[in-house]
Amino acid sequence: MINLKINNIPVSVEAGTTILEAAKQIGIKIPTLCYMKEINEIGACRVCVVEVKGARSLVAACVYPVNEGMEVFTDTPAVRKARKTTIELILSNHNKSCLSCDRNMNCELQALSYEYGCDLNAYAGEQTPSEIDISTDYLVRDNSKCVLCRRCVATCKSIQHVAVIGTMNRGFNTSIGCAFDADLAETSCAACGQCINVCPTGALTEKSEIDNVRAALADPSKTVIVGTAPAVRAALGEEFGYPIGTNVEGKMVSSLRLLGFDKIFDVNFTADLTILEESHEFIERVQAGEHLPLITSCSPGWIRFMEYYYPELIPNISSCKSPQQMFGACVKTYYAEKMGIDPKDIYVVSVMPCVAKKFEKNRADQAAAGVQDVDAVLTTRELAKMIKANGVIFNQLPDGEFDAPLGEYTGAGVIFGATGGVMEAALRTAVEVITGEKLDSVEFEAVRGTQGIKEATYKVGDLEVSVAVASGLENARAICEQIKNGTCKYQFIEIMGCPGGCVNGGGQPIQSSFVRRNTDIRALRAKVLYEIDANSKVRKSHENTVVDTLYKEYFGKPGSHKAHEVLHTSYVKREKY
Amino acid sequence: MKTVAELQAIKQKKGELFGAGMHHILVCGGTGCTSSKSMNIIKALNEKIAENKLESKVRVVMTGCFGLCAKGPIVVIYPEGTFYHSVKVEDVNDIIQQHVMAGKPVERLLHVEADTHEAVHKLGDTEFMRKQKRVALRNCGVINPENIEEYIARDGYQALAKVVNEMTPDEVIDTMLKSGLRGRGGAGFPTGRKWQFAKASVSDVKYVCCNADEGDPGAFMDRSVLEGDPHVVIEAMAIAAYAIGSNQGYVYIRAEYPIAVQRLQKAIDDARANGLLGENIFGSNFSFNLEIRLGAGAFVCGEETALMTSIEGKRGEPRPRPPFPAVKGLFGKPTILNNVETYANVPAIIRNGPEWFASMGTEKSKGTKVFALGGNIVNTGLVEVPMGTTLREIVYEIGGGIPNGKKFKSAQTGGPSGGCIPAHLIDTPIDYDNLIAIGSMMGSGGLIVMDENNCMVDIAKFFLEFTVDESCGKCTPCRIGNKRLLELLTKVTNGTATMEDIDRMEQLCYYIKENSLCGLGQTAPNPVLSTLRYFRDEYVAHVQDKVCPAHVCKNLIRYEIDKDTCIGCGLCQRKCPADAIERTDYVAPGHKLASMRINVEKCVKCGACMEACQKIKAIRKV
Amino acid sequence: MKKNTTIPFDGTPEQEQQLRAVLSKLKNVPGGLMPAMQQAQDIYGYLPKEVQVIIAEELGVSLAEVYGIATFYAQFALYPKGQYKVAVCLGTACYVKGSGEIFDELSKQLNIANGEVTPDKRFSLDATRCIGCCGLAPVMTINDEVYGKITAKDVAGILAKYQA
Repeated sequence: MINLKINNIPVSVEAGTTILEAAKQIGIKIPTLCYMKEINEIGACRVCVVEVKGARSLVAACVYPVNEGMEVFTDTPAVRKARKTTIELILSNHNKSCLSCDRNMNCELQALSYEYGCDLNAYAGEQTPSEIDISTDYLVRDNSKCVLCRRCVATCKSIQHVAVIGTMNRGFNTSIGCAFDADLAETSCAACGQCINVCPTGALTEKSEIDNVRAALADPSKTVIVGTAPAVRAALGEEFGYPIGTNVEGKMVSSLRLLGFDKIFDVNFTADLTILEESHEFIERVQAGEHLPLITSCSPGWIRFMEYYYPELIPNISSCKSPQQMFGACVKTYYAEKMGIDPKDIYVVSVMPCVAKKFEKNRADQAAAGVQDVDAVLTTRELAKMIKANGVIFNQLPDGEFDAPLGEYTGAGVIFGATGGVMEAALRTAVEVITGEKLDSVEFEAVRGTQGIKEATYKVGDLEVSVAVASGLENARAICEQIKNGTCKYQFIEIMGCPGGCVNGGGQPIQSSFVRRNTDIRALRAKVLYEIDANSKVRKSHENTVVDTLYKEYFGKPGSHKAHEVLHTSYVKREKY
Repeated sequence: MKTVAELQAIKQKKGELFGAGMHHILVCGGTGCTSSKSMNIIKALNEKIAENKLESKVRVVMTGCFGLCAKGPIVVIYPEGTFYHSVKVEDVNDIIQQHVMAGKPVERLLHVEADTHEAVHKLGDTEFMRKQKRVALRNCGVINPENIEEYIARDGYQALAKVVNEMTPDEVIDTMLKSGLRGRGGAGFPTGRKWQFAKASVSDVKYVCCNADEGDPGAFMDRSVLEGDPHVVIEAMAIAAYAIGSNQGYVYIRAEYPIAVQRLQKAIDDARANGLLGENIFGSNFSFNLEIRLGAGAFVCGEETALMTSIEGKRGEPRPRPPFPAVKGLFGKPTILNNVETYANVPAIIRNGPEWFASMGTEKSKGTKVFALGGNIVNTGLVEVPMGTTLREIVYEIGGGIPNGKKFKSAQTGGPSGGCIPAHLIDTPIDYDNLIAIGSMMGSGGLIVMDENNCMVDIAKFFLEFTVDESCGKCTPCRIGNKRLLELLTKVTNGTATMEDIDRMEQLCYYIKENSLCGLGQTAPNPVLSTLRYFRDEYVAHVQDKVCPAHVCKNLIRYEIDKDTCIGCGLCQRKCPADAIERTDYVAPGHKLASMRINVEKCVKCGACMEACQKIKAIRKV
Repeated sequence: MKKNTTIPFDGTPEQEQQLRAVLSKLKNVPGGLMPAMQQAQDIYGYLPKEVQVIIAEELGVSLAEVYGIATFYAQFALYPKGQYKVAVCLGTACYVKGSGEIFDELSKQLNIANGEVTPDKRFSLDATRCIGCCGLAPVMTINDEVYGKITAKDVAGILAKYQA
């Protein structure tokens, strides 16, 4: 152990600990902008400088390891002055349109500026030239708000192994961008949106569809139907001051009603439907011994990644549409028919923890009723913004309930939002279908948890089924490489584009870097879903009564011709450059 | 070559380089002289020699840089040691006929001292050479850098042989510590200590790197060593590798130095062919390989962590320290990095002993230092002097003073990281610590002389522009802070700054020094701080009086025609690119034509009119 | 900032073959990316997207990383250079001796700015850092030819030698 003093308070920490971490042990939060533990330890922004007795200059606490006998001061006038100047310099090259910025009140730079009493115009001067990139359906890059912390670059490269954005040029002209200054739409971006979640400012945001949704809500000719993804209820509360890991399903439903949606359904329902289609597909492939391993298709970020980097795996991907797209398709076919509404007059909004879903809704071959299955995708953040803007007093709302019929779901559907959830749900159904026997326990613990890759082998009747679950594209890549080089021993693989699955999706509420590195956000949010599952009376997708009705009244059976027309899709090889 | 005996045999065979009744004509093949066509001179010499059938009596040797670059191309003829400068192809005939065949020096090519107006025959007798003490440059201008045997004849690879056969790594490090050698690249960290740290790091792989990314504008000593004596670097790196326990070295060299790259590559190939690089050197257990990596035009790569990042094939951005390279450097392994000039001292220290080296220089700065003299000085070129030599000796005795009788105003040392030394400190003995104390630094040894025609604010701005251009952009203080500092400085040179701006500049300077990630940012404000310290009156003149005292800053000068001196010839009007000159009605007494006048609204301050009026001198800058 | 790449890529199969040979050698060399880019530039004269894509694919790095390196180092060119590469040293020694004026004069005569190439691709103009010929200051170079101790007045005469 290393003994040192921070602000004259003795502290003992393990060798290799940074000053930043040691200070936290005595209850001091040293501010940071660029730092991400193990991902981006570059000491670049200089916001975390502290005084070390005997050192020639101030040192960056985020990367400076402690020494025996070290004396550190985190809050001297010199330190405050230095940090203030650093923030003021950053502000001098920053588009300070904070009042209407998407990250107003949730911006790390704004918070620092407030804490240090910065003069916004202390250093007026030239601005690094920049353009706003709105080329994609899902993301807006506004470099005029970029502080060059490079957290996005590190995330894109080290966590997602995509690296379509990088640091370009040098000196004052340094910028974050794509090769040859291309638009993001021209690159092989997976659309995961993880960069948005790590951006300290408003330089990276989702492309908002709030205006479109409001227009539809105001249009009397439209029946506006909303469906919410499993992970949204596990995180939306954070936007309203609830602790991370609070289930706000009831308040979410109530607020959607107050926003004026005509029907409030749950995408959990089509998660159950997905399981029926996908487990049928799995059983078929196992019986035919073809196109194994089967890989899930729920995550549009993963799908886009696969289409760019591993198109040779297209035959292995489940042809099932994602739950979002099945939802839109069911609403505009089955439900429209049942209710006698022209699908053209239905406007389907999905609320997603994801920005790739914004891209997915615009994919070709996603129009079961001849019109686009889903019309608008709101992220969890956008929904929160709408709720706030409409004056809905979220915290005081009673718990509401989803509408029938597409609001019924099982415990299997809700765990889709956590990594391993689709696998577990599929196993619950597949095992019972294959063996024809009821499961003793529906819980498949081995596929739970936030590890990047999980694997398990189950005996199903006389079959040995090896499965793997991967989340985050780094881990996805590892699995793809195994399949490519013939070392893959699995028959069924679940892959989610975001680390930890949808609970940690690119559309979820943004937590500061301090919270992110000191809290296991994914685990807390996932816990919500597993609790809902544990408390559900029905925990297997094939026992969802509405799903059953749907097959009886409309699709016949899983994998039927009709099901294929409405609920299945295909994929394309995409060129990287 | 497997044994020391074989090395001795080559040394014996090669013998004295310039003995045995032969004429050796040494022609400088450094970049400066090559640019002035010294290769054509070599060709012409060889042709003349063949013509006169002198092949057995005269040998032409292309050497490295002699140092007196302003007077190139330079030719030195042994055994007499006669020194000819500014030699042209047309002079070759006289050199052969008159000097070699008739034994009479070619007087017109001899060097004439600026003060005594006397012709000097021998290079060593020139004022320029007399005060110098050549350690790092000892072979430059003496041997053919492309011939390994000539290097061996001058005791080359003896130090390596001694080290691997007779010394332990600790003894080598101890020798370096005792010698007092400090890094010649800028900061002056004790070389022995650096090696000690790297040796103490436990690792299966360690690296030895050479910083040959000489980037300070005006500094070219490393290039001259690599061009003139590449083997010394190879030998020294092998010694360093032996000392710290490394088997692999990299020389990171500027791609802008093609001759140096090519000669170093040849030297590496020759050393390898002779068993001086590779496996089991001199039959010992020690193996060492060396590779060249080219820089690609980024000044920041002279910073040690940035250099290593660049060798790793990435953007050359500095990394935070600690961990220091001696613990975790190139490819995450313990690494030492020294610059070319530092290495060039190492074999001599091993051969002559640390006491010999420590006997030169000052208390805390031992040995010699090479400076690149530039700017407004008569003898621009490379000089090597003992530490502690005064600026006055360098400028006036070695450098030959300021041309055109102008007054010495300041000397800039340390490049963009350094500062400007004012005239009243000209007697300061130059060493690491004195330079720091007066607000500059040694840097790699660029020494730019400025006279009364240089504006110190403009000079500070020039250096800051350089650093802003070369900032990697990683950390906030350097990326934005230096940019804002430059903007404030530009306000000063434009005459739009206030006195508060000067205070803000000063504060920003200290902030940038304290907060930047690497040495580039930490030292970037030095040119501003040192000029603010010694030439504050010039800043004040720009701000308060809106005047540039040296008449340099364009916004603050105008051109004026003295109506009584002007003869009305109209030459200025014809030269003016902006139609800014018009004829007045005024005819000065004694003149026939009406005088001219400058329309300040139209004037672009190019100075063409003043140049056109050099005979009459009716136009001046105010 | 977006630039309009108007000069089409005209690499030959021979060049690509050379490049791939270089890359196969450097594939497993630690830190081989920079040498790869340098040698690619030797082959093509500059580093167009088509070349950077091959480098990225062969060495297993992303195009954004290759481009990030290409735009970091001054020596990498994204655009072709002229038949005659005119460069003016703006190092200290040359600067104090008036190389700035020489640069301005060249820019005026050729009607191009720093880093640009004339429409006929005959001349390109660059301001460079110290090239180490301080004894000859101020200095400009055209390809490998060095012109030292010149003034702005000499510029037109020097350029005339290279005009068709």
